[in-house]
Amino acid sequence: MTTFFDELHDRFPGIVRSVEEAVPDQVVVLLNSPNVTGIVRHFLIEHQARIVTVFAEDRVSAEGVFYNYYVFDRPGEASWVILKAPIPERFPSFPSLAAELPAINWQEREIQDWFGLEAVGHPNPRRVALHDNWPDVHPLRKSFALDTVLPTFSGEQHVYRPTYGEGVFQIPVGPVHAGIIEPGHFNFAVAGEPILYLQLRMFYTHKGTEKLFESLPIHRAVFLAESISGDSAFSHGAAFCQAVERAAEIDVPARAQFMRVILLELERIANHIADVGAIATDVGFAIANAHAGRIREDVLGLNETLTGSRVLRGMVAIGGVRRDWQPDQVEAITRTLKTVEREFRDLVAIIQSSDSTRDRLEHTGILRPDKAAILGVVGVAGRASGVDRDIRRDHPYEAYNQLPFKVPVYHVGDVRHRMLVRIDEVGESIQMIRAAVSLLPEGPHRAPTAPIPPGRCAMSAVEGWRGEIIHWVRTGEGNRIERCKIKDPSINNWPGIVEAVEGNIIADFPVINKSFNLSYSGTDR
Amino acid sequence: MFKILQKSFSIGTATADYPNVSPRLAEQFRGCPEFEFEIWHDARPAAEACPTGAIALRDSDGLRQVTVDYGRCIFCGECEAANADSAVRMTRKFELAAGDRRDLVLTAKYTLNPDATHATLQSSTCGPVLDEPGKRIAAAIQNLLGRSLAIRQVDAGSCNGCEQEIVALNNPVHDIERFGIHFVASPRHADMLLVTGPVTRNMELALRKVWAATPDPKIVVAVGACGISGGIFGANYALLGRVDAVIPVDVYIPGCPPRPEALLHGILLALGKMRQRVGSLLH
Repeated sequence: MTTFFDELHDRFPGIVRSVEEAVPDQVVVLLNSPNVTGIVRHFLIEHQARIVTVFAEDRVSAEGVFYNYYVFDRPGEASWVILKAPIPERFPSFPSLAAELPAINWQEREIQDWFGLEAVGHPNPRRVALHDNWPDVHPLRKSFALDTVLPTFSGEQHVYRPTYGEGVFQIPVGPVHAGIIEPGHFNFAVAGEPILYLQLRMFYTHKGTEKLFESLPIHRAVFLAESISGDSAFSHGAAFCQAVERAAEIDVPARAQFMRVILLELERIANHIADVGAIATDVGFAIANAHAGRIREDVLGLNETLTGSRVLRGMVAIGGVRRDWQPDQVEAITRTLKTVEREFRDLVAIIQSSDSTRDRLEHTGILRPDKAAILGVVGVAGRASGVDRDIRRDHPYEAYNQLPFKVPVYHVGDVRHRMLVRIDEVGESIQMIRAAVSLLPEGPHRAPTAPIPPGRCAMSAVEGWRGEIIHWVRTGEGNRIERCKIKDPSINNWPGIVEAVEGNIIADFPVINKSFNLSYSGTDR
Repeated sequence: MFKILQKSFSIGTATADYPNVSPRLAEQFRGCPEFEFEIWHDARPAAEACPTGAIALRDSDGLRQVTVDYGRCIFCGECEAANADSAVRMTRKFELAAGDRRDLVLTAKYTLNPDATHATLQSSTCGPVLDEPGKRIAAAIQNLLGRSLAIRQVDAGSCNGCEQEIVALNNPVHDIERFGIHFVASPRHADMLLVTGPVTRNMELALRKVWAATPDPKIVVAVGACGISGGIFGANYALLGRVDAVIPVDVYIPGCPPRPEALLHGILLALGKMRQRVGSLLH
């Protein structure tokens, strides 16, 4: 710690105010000003660091400033580095890094929209999180009340960038789509069939979730975390609980840690099986999806046996899990996994025996590894494009450091390899759950509940089935949350889709989109 | 090709015969909570534990009114866990869909004790038709609409939990097409809108346009706690919340998310309404 501080202090005199490790594995570097550019470049170049997320916090009434937080992950280092840069109320702006770090393009604009802090020098400073027809409000400022009733929206709708050229035209799609999926707006510029350029408009499902966290007692907020993205209910719930547990220094009993791992992996298996089936469907191989749907039902049935809910809701709690398992429930895991493993293997064999399916998936929607790295693509999509990163291995949480598993990585980056990552991960998850079941310790399933001390900050990271989920909390008075930042992996990966579709025919867009399968609700919050 | 046929043959029929046969529910499955108002002495712990405000209290003039709203309930089981006596019990009941929002709300009036517990039930209403047997409805729809109903699903702000279960309706186990019900790509082809919420400010216009684009006679089903009431999100600067704040709703399906059989139950219930509507148009 001292050497790290000395290094920063020597390199950036007058800029770094303090370095502390308030929470294990989370180094907070407090700066004197919003000017982070030099020190960020230092992290990127000298430490080969990756920017994980950037977010703001309104501390005007408590400390007279806003803070911007920049989270970095350094290869081979277990600890995260969090740059904390104060922004005075009188000069509500900060230097934009988006031109150098396209990964945070949207996140800086969120800060503009939600906090009214200007990202100076942003290459595309238009609104992103609040649509163009919203009045001039900044909902995440403490002075803005959650239940503010805004006047009826009128005025400017979003104007897409024009695309010119002979035979070039634009196809608007959404926000209500043809399938049973979430709302978002796509604008395809096409020349004949190939897509030249895709523009996205998200945040149709913006629900004020981060603001809502500030008004709920913590025991209710756990259920809100489960509703950030319904397909990742357990992952988001666990990420939130972990953040609070770290802030409040609550030790989760070993049994609960193993139970959480089992449930996290079951969520991964259920979603990956659904995606494999859906990818096959989007190229017309419907029978594969029928089998996938059938196998997935077995997993959901097991979920229900283990948690009372097919989608793993109402189980995770601050300090552990809400309900313990009896021996027959644990036996159900082993029994179901045996069937699921066999049936999934047959499903994969069926898909791989279909040459026409393979033909549609290969070389479709390629996201090149260099682009994936620059855009900060995470999770399944990243690992299909050479991004060798997995929070379970790199920053182990719960009981993951006691379980052996491989992280599949491919470098081709097409739809087929995004499917292969999922197929491999289903196998790994099954083995991991078996190992966890055999090691499942006896003992309590939940730490005794105690009031959460105020004024503590902590971050947590979970490798959800889609990718890296980050929650950051500051606890408040009266068992409440002062601020909760949520980063779903989807927000990292949308720009990956924009890259991947370029040059593909528009008829392949559904399968490319499905191969990423991003959460609109997780993006929009 | 041989592999595909062999697999299909070896699996046989995967479809569950709901509603003719009760679904296979895990012993642990949490359906709705039930309340025995006569023996309930203190609703405060359950109300405090409830994450969505589905259990609410109002004290005035020595009386306490307890309201239980299944349209807000997310079936988490926290009320049962927090309640000291056996007045609150989680059940495995899930067939909760109702054609009238008021049918999802129970109220009980008590006289207050000096220590803020309550006693002496003054009155209670028992709204929801909890055990509406799906079988009767299923028989009624056999000759309806030429066994064809087209549904357009609209996500007006959902967390995508409900969408997962709606997608599951189309898998071979639940196989909604066996009723002649199918999901269509455009509201212009639809008889029914299956709307999930909470309705966001950013989706309000799209939802109104979808409703306007759906030909009459149309029916609207609000899905899940969020679609019915705003659920855990309620209403705020970004949210209008309940679907019926934006468009008229005919049937409400509680759950978070409602399991596929609960969705099916609600859709079949809505079909009954559809028949009435078609009938009144003809006269």
